[in-house]
Amino acid sequence: MQTETQKPESRDAAYWAGPVSKLKVTDVPSGAVSMNVEGRHVVGPLQGFGQLWQKTYRVRLSSADIGPTKVVSFLKESLPELMPRDARFYPSVSGVKPGEVLLINATLPGIPGGIATGVMVLYSDAESFTLMCPEGHPEAGWNTFSAYEEQGVTVAQIQSLARANDPVFEFGFRFMGGSAQQERIWRHVLSGLAQAFGVPAEVEFLKTLVDRKLQWSQAKNVWYNAAIRSALYAPVRLIRRLVGRRS
Amino acid sequence: MSETKVAAKVRNAGEAASIVDIQGEITSFAEGVLMDAYNQDSGREANAIILNFQGLEYMNSGGIGLLVTMLIRANRHNHKLLAFGLTDHYQQIFELTRLNEAIQIFQTEAQALAAVAGR
Repeated sequence: MQTETQKPESRDAAYWAGPVSKLKVTDVPSGAVSMNVEGRHVVGPLQGFGQLWQKTYRVRLSSADIGPTKVVSFLKESLPELMPRDARFYPSVSGVKPGEVLLINATLPGIPGGIATGVMVLYSDAESFTLMCPEGHPEAGWNTFSAYEEQGVTVAQIQSLARANDPVFEFGFRFMGGSAQQERIWRHVLSGLAQAFGVPAEVEFLKTLVDRKLQWSQAKNVWYNAAIRSALYAPVRLIRRLVGRRS
Repeated sequence: MSETKVAAKVRNAGEAASIVDIQGEITSFAEGVLMDAYNQDSGREANAIILNFQGLEYMNSGGIGLLVTMLIRANRHNHKLLAFGLTDHYQQIFELTRLNEAIQIFQTEAQALAAVAGR
């Protein structure tokens, strides 16, 4: 009988991030603002505050002669360019290993100066990759970008499994247009992907409420709210920029 | 759609628990198989569902997402979800994704059953 210790290393071992206690930003690309990521823990769909949603965006690359591996490779390489102007990723996922961090600088409805946050690469293989949120991010959970074949056609998919991280973000998602903005972003990415392969973009969207309950025990997450912290820090950033220009 | 490479067999472990023996790969394509097994389980009076991962050969992030939705469903029906037979690697993934905060993990089936029985 095979014992626990005799088991060979799992085939998926190289694709997962290793043990991560706190996130570490190793490099800040030019133009990016690094805030609300360093030293934060990652948070999954079970740790957030709001209702848990699974949102699936799909585009069928019907006339493109391209397999799932190529699609995912392109997504990894081009995600920053495929994102809309008001939600920037730094840098591309290609070359970023599981466990490493991508920075995000984005605008949010009603938040002056925008939000600086990031995500950790939780998982990455040839046909999918997953980005997991840190404390303070608008959402707790992850987004999986993948491609697969269905009836001989390659389908590119983005699926999020996440809930608002705290009550402020929950309010923003429900009543300030946050949810619609988020859906617009991922539709934009898949439309851009389809266009890059010369395919008419028809993005299918499926939204499922997985858990309608609010997790009040997680209301304290608001302490790390990246939007509030970004807004509070905005004057400091401005002064630093001005001082930097003068010297 | 990619092929499902997982099988899940449900067996009774007394009145209080059912055990789901998972064999193969847990990816998002395993949804049908796992949810069928869950529905068989939840149809019984058992208040705990124990997932046996000894036969787990591969899991990606889609698979972890599937376990999250299964857990939420179990919570909704007041079922407790427990697990055993995870290798160190998969235990570490449970910790990384913080699933271990909601699914109790045991080394053996006997330990999981003892926990359900409150021993």
